[in-house]
Amino acid sequence: MTRYVLKRIMLAIITIWVVATLTFFLMNMIPGGPFLSEKAISPQATAALEAKYGLDKPLWEQYISYLSDALRGDFGMSLKQRGRSVMDIITTKFPVSARIGGIAVLIALVVGVVLGCVAAVHQGKFWDGFISVVATLGIAVPSFVICTLLMYVFGAKLKWLPTLGLKGWTSYIMPVAAIAFYPMAYIMRLMRSSMLDALGQDYMRTAKAKGLSGNKQLFKHALRNAILPVITYVGPMLAYTITGSFVVEKIFTIPGLGGEFITAISGRDYTLIMGTTIFLATLVIFMTLIVDLLYKVVDPRIKLD
Amino acid sequence: MLKNPLSFQLGLSPEDFLPATEEEKASQVVMRESVSFWKDGLRRLAKNKVAMVSLGVIVVIMIFAFVVPHFYPYSYDLQMKGANNLAPMQYSAAEQAIIDAGGSVFPHIFGTDSMGRDYAIRVMVGTQISLLVGLIATAIILLIGPLYGAVAAFAGGWVDLFMMRIVDIIYTIPDVLLIILLSFALKAPLDTLATMPGFGWIQTVGTSMISIFIVFALLYWVGMARMIRSQVLSIKQSDYVTAARALGVKSGTIIRKHLMTNCIGTLIVCATLQIPSAIFTESFLSFLGMGVAVPLPSLGSLASAGLNGIYSYPYLLFIPAAVISLIILSFNLFGDGLRDAFDPKMKK
Repeated sequence: MTRYVLKRIMLAIITIWVVATLTFFLMNMIPGGPFLSEKAISPQATAALEAKYGLDKPLWEQYISYLSDALRGDFGMSLKQRGRSVMDIITTKFPVSARIGGIAVLIALVVGVVLGCVAAVHQGKFWDGFISVVATLGIAVPSFVICTLLMYVFGAKLKWLPTLGLKGWTSYIMPVAAIAFYPMAYIMRLMRSSMLDALGQDYMRTAKAKGLSGNKQLFKHALRNAILPVITYVGPMLAYTITGSFVVEKIFTIPGLGGEFITAISGRDYTLIMGTTIFLATLVIFMTLIVDLLYKVVDPRIKLD
Repeated sequence: MLKNPLSFQLGLSPEDFLPATEEEKASQVVMRESVSFWKDGLRRLAKNKVAMVSLGVIVVIMIFAFVVPHFYPYSYDLQMKGANNLAPMQYSAAEQAIIDAGGSVFPHIFGTDSMGRDYAIRVMVGTQISLLVGLIATAIILLIGPLYGAVAAFAGGWVDLFMMRIVDIIYTIPDVLLIILLSFALKAPLDTLATMPGFGWIQTVGTSMISIFIVFALLYWVGMARMIRSQVLSIKQSDYVTAARALGVKSGTIIRKHLMTNCIGTLIVCATLQIPSAIFTESFLSFLGMGVAVPLPSLGSLASAGLNGIYSYPYLLFIPAAVISLIILSFNLFGDGLRDAFDPKMKK
């Protein structure tokens, strides 16, 4: 177990390094620099600015010095937003994205598991068909379509919910629903098939023969086993909610990290691009790692190699 | 040699141990026509109503995307004066005059956009672009993934270990971050490449589109490679391959008859399910403004443009959005049907 954990952590660190390296050289391939677009700036001033941030050095030197700084936890200052460090921007913007993403993940898990179970228990009846239709639609409809539909119906036509920005709890409803819909549909499908599988097992017949009540059979025997595949999906789901929020944040103009990343790229804010990429990649990679390890704890049948 | 009259031994002579003649060998071959893997799968597929309906929808969409635009009276980049923002089936003043004079004008089935372009043809061409992205991206994945997976499985040992570590690393890279970065980074080099002779097509397709393909070639084959590798590994150790080896079947025949036929089902299913995911990614990027080049429409960019006028002209958004959803839905359902029909493990 310890060996496996160490191996996975090593692999995660290598992956983060690969992502950082790729990002660094890709971003320097983009023509233009952070100080080109600003008006009334003399070539001398540009040169001075570039010298200040070390952009005049050869690329390799920049790369080495960035990595050694990053290893010490110093992600530098933003090149565009004067006087703000990258860490400062991430710590103010990320909680906004994380709150929406976190609520969406919770809703997707709870609703997905419950509806998946309902569909499995009522297999072949009306509710099963209805939930299957919702699940299939949820997987096929892209999140920006859901966003715009919601915006049209609840924002433009009914005027129930605010469409822009984050003001009060009502502004959370639509973005959260848009992000949660896809993972919810996926979990419903996953849960339904694994629950059907569990309900057909011998231990269910044993439980029935023992005279356990219906609820006890369902929750203690079927659900506990059937929920395992859902746990494996939590890792990819976290990655999806973080990246999926890019579009949602753009549509609802939410001041989150996704929008910050896109403006950073178009503004060639090198340090901010690196900072956000490394931050998000580390987050996704370690979340996946933790979920995988958790899976082993929950299901002792899984052998780690 | 004298035979003991009480012996149960057969009266064998040395001739009985001669190699079998060709006729004798031929008589050993079972003559019944075998129900081939494909026939069996197709029969099961034809019985699946959902899959057949999805296939029908896919065919209809393909006809509208690839055939109908050739006959359509409008072109996707034709801007008609005075025909801006027409509602579906509405005519512009000039067209109304022709109709009043007894002439006939082809109706704008979905209306026109803010630049006076017929929206129906734009949606059709957009569908064509989105489908092409899906198909080409899947073809790229089909070229790389299975080859990589099969090589890793065949090579085994540390080569396999090393190759699969690379796959593990690529698998965990958050793809959207890289796609956005790549489409920005590749723009300039591709633009310069497009000015060179022989590469003019890059301009028409759009550099962002090419970078989408490059991203697919770089990142998305890993799932396929993993699947094929595990498939080849398990088939290599299966009893029927051992049996075939024991019977002296040549390696080439084993690969062709056993490994390939058993992998192809998985390949087809994977490929079919990859198409909607590619279309999904493309529409997502186009929606963020990083898709195909103007004036070429794609479903994502049409939806993105439609978002600006959502309050006055909601149909400009809903039509492409509905088409994207319909394409992804039918490919997904058809892929599920294919898996049920062709995956040997799904047989009931």
